[in-house]
Amino acid sequence: MRPRKATQRFWRQGEPFVWASGAALALTLSMTAVLLGVVLRNGLGVFWPSPVAEVELADGTRLLGEELQTQINPDTGVESVKFKVGNMEDGPAFRWVEKRVIRKKFYPPGAFVLERLTNMNYYGTFQDLQTPGWESTTEGTPAERLDAALAAVRDQYNQVVQPLADQQAAVAEELKSRLKYQILRAEYDRKHRLAEGAAPDADAVVRLEKHLAELRADEQRLKQKSDRLTAELSEKEANLRRNVAIFRDAQGREKPIALLDIVRYTRPNQMGFGSKAAHYGAKIWELLTADPRESNQDGGLYPAIFGTVLMVFLMAATCFPLGVVAGVYLGEYAKEGPLVRLVRIAVNNLAGIPSIVYGVFGLGFFIYLIGGQFDAWFFPERVEAGEPVFGQGCILWASLTLGLLTIPVVIVSTEEALRAIPRGVREGSYALGATKLQTLWRVLVPMASPGMMTGFILAMARAAGEVAPLMLTGAVKNAPVPLDSTFPFLHPDRQFMHLGYHILDISCKSPNVEATKPMVYVTTLLLLLIVLSLSSVAIYLRSRMRKRYYMRAI
Amino acid sequence: MKTTRTTPTMPSTPEPIQHVMKLPPPHVAGVSRDPSAAEGIRDPIVRSQNLHLYYGATEALKDITLDFPRHDVTALIGPSGCGKSTFLRCLNRMNDLIDGVRTTGVIELDGRDITDKSLDVIELRRRVGMVFQKPTPFPKTIYENVAYGLRIAGVRRKAVLDEIVEKSLRRAALWDEVKDRLHDSALGLSGGQHQRVCIARAIAVDPEIILMDEPCSALDPRSTTRIEDLIGQLRGQYTIIIVTHNMQQAARVSDWTAFLYEGALIEFGPTDRLFTKPQKKETEDYITGRFG
Ligand SMILES: Nc1ncnc2c1ncn2[C@@H]1O[C@H](COP(=O)(O)OP(=O)(O)O)[C@@H](O)[C@H]1O
Ligand SMILES: [Mg+2]
Repeated sequence: MRPRKATQRFWRQGEPFVWASGAALALTLSMTAVLLGVVLRNGLGVFWPSPVAEVELADGTRLLGEELQTQINPDTGVESVKFKVGNMEDGPAFRWVEKRVIRKKFYPPGAFVLERLTNMNYYGTFQDLQTPGWESTTEGTPAERLDAALAAVRDQYNQVVQPLADQQAAVAEELKSRLKYQILRAEYDRKHRLAEGAAPDADAVVRLEKHLAELRADEQRLKQKSDRLTAELSEKEANLRRNVAIFRDAQGREKPIALLDIVRYTRPNQMGFGSKAAHYGAKIWELLTADPRESNQDGGLYPAIFGTVLMVFLMAATCFPLGVVAGVYLGEYAKEGPLVRLVRIAVNNLAGIPSIVYGVFGLGFFIYLIGGQFDAWFFPERVEAGEPVFGQGCILWASLTLGLLTIPVVIVSTEEALRAIPRGVREGSYALGATKLQTLWRVLVPMASPGMMTGFILAMARAAGEVAPLMLTGAVKNAPVPLDSTFPFLHPDRQFMHLGYHILDISCKSPNVEATKPMVYVTTLLLLLIVLSLSSVAIYLRSRMRKRYYMRAI
Repeated sequence: MKTTRTTPTMPSTPEPIQHVMKLPPPHVAGVSRDPSAAEGIRDPIVRSQNLHLYYGATEALKDITLDFPRHDVTALIGPSGCGKSTFLRCLNRMNDLIDGVRTTGVIELDGRDITDKSLDVIELRRRVGMVFQKPTPFPKTIYENVAYGLRIAGVRRKAVLDEIVEKSLRRAALWDEVKDRLHDSALGLSGGQHQRVCIARAIAVDPEIILMDEPCSALDPRSTTRIEDLIGQLRGQYTIIIVTHNMQQAARVSDWTAFLYEGALIEFGPTDRLFTKPQKKETEDYITGRFG
């Protein structure tokens, strides 16, 4: 009798539901925690120098590299170790080795890891320097000699090659972005004049032709200059490249490596904590400030970070004001009726449309329709040449597409926030002779602002992590930062890099998935950090607003 | 609840209430007559004539004819739902904000019909201020709350604003409490202070009439006393029309009292007389607590 009563009570008090909801919460939280943990562990560890092992196998071959992971083949029970051995030009960069064939394993203190401009890492030991460009000493430790040589080659590069490269880039830029389009324009104008029936010797046509001839002469001159510079540049560079350091790999093969190719080196087996930390810091700095290299497998992510943040800002700048205005209209001005209800339902459902659909819409509406029309009016010559300005994916259209995707959230939260304001506050304002607009701007909008911010935060977090629509509207694998020294400095008509797209690119589209894995973790971590910090700023702002406009229930 | 809060032993309680409660219910014959004519209101500021108000199809006010004497305090009493608030809100056209409200009849403010659709309600609401049952300070500083009406009317000069804010807060008996934190949020004050901020806010635009819709019903006894004292001080400068369903309060603060019942005006007269010698059976029943 008694136990039965207890079970009855157990059910009646709803204990199981409490447990079930608690368990569900714990489950979601732990899944999130695991995800974060994996990303943090793998992402943060990428740049920490790991020891370099040399192993001798049963057949006498030797390997030098980083030990990555161990795996047991479930069928045979054989344990294998994966080594990253680098030296891509000589063979595969990753090797699986069965544990039982390892005869000897040790950590040679003199092992060098070179980070190179091409072909990724090199693992080996230092032998000698060959520097026809200058006298190099044979004294000192290998590291000291290498340091001196690297400094010297960088010095020479900065003095001799860099100025040439800058000049060449300026000329190329002039050719590409100014002259080319001016010539296109002039040609287009001439063609149209003629097509419109102007005589070939009409004033306007003659003037255009003269202008065109001047431009072409200019182009010719610049091209020659560019060619000359390029030739000089490659000669100087080849000269510098003759300065090499000779390394020896585990098999005993010697290899000259151009000093110019060495980005930095480490000797993990004899680095202390301090120098490892310094290396770590340098790598993080590179990640945040440098361009990617080796088809995004190495180097920095600066353009992607910049693109992501700029896109979120552009998105916010368009979607937030629009969403607030629409929400205010729906909440305060629109007369309640079937139409308004329909609009509200539609707005709510907009949030549920798959994002790729927005991408397609952005492509059709913004790029083809608006961008295409804009180009047809202002840049017809570039359309003809197949180089549209706004008629292609760019950061502007991507931001607008994302703005469209997130605007429903802002509208709904604005409306809700306005509706939550007590009726008495409105009446209090009207009773003092305020108009509707004054009441709205001076009282209601400030009071609703924390609620609007909530919508904004949700919108921003979603936009920063969205990738699918971007693929169709302007995110690309590799693009410079859309910010430079030519007018108008910030170029909304440029394609851009994005961290989310970058993850997709290097994890799914890279030929060498193994090599890009660390970069995937790092990029993921970075994207999470950016979303987190953007949201934190917004949440901080909201809490300040809340404090200011907090309405006490009286 | 309400009666225990504002017991007649409160220090500020004026004399009349004592004997109102002690006197036996007066014996009255139900003779209908024009109250204002009878009581000789010579200079009415507001005259409501045959006012009817409909919320959609339901008639909430039935043929109300009533004059409000200038510079006096008039109390509107009656059971809950009898239309006190509705009537009060007609006087500054607050009912415009509610859909489906329709009125017939005339309300004159100094001879001008304020039910006229072409009337400038902004101007009207500046002349007829209002204090609500639930104090609703804006989420701004105390200073900005009081200056709100001036700012929206286009006053920008700081000296003018400063002066009027101080004067209004003094009149609302709040200055000493808040003078050191004028630029703190008004939301941080207590409920009673909130209501006085609202009164100061209403006074700041210098209205002729102040409508108060149960201004004390959300407040504790101490704050209630302060507001009642304040009404006593404002009398003479402003015409005050106060809705209350607390009869002791009506007796304490008002010069005139109107009793509304089910949307109709039952009786209007000087407060003393209405509480001591009510002319109508309903009034008598109500003030002796037999219903409502
Ligand atoms: N917005 C409204 N719509 C419809 N009926 C209303 C509305 N406001 C008040 N009423 C009705 O009008 C009558 C008078 O209300 P009210 O003036 O608020 O009474 P009181 O202030 O005397 O308690 C009540 O019966 C109430 O139900
Ligand atoms: Mg009421």
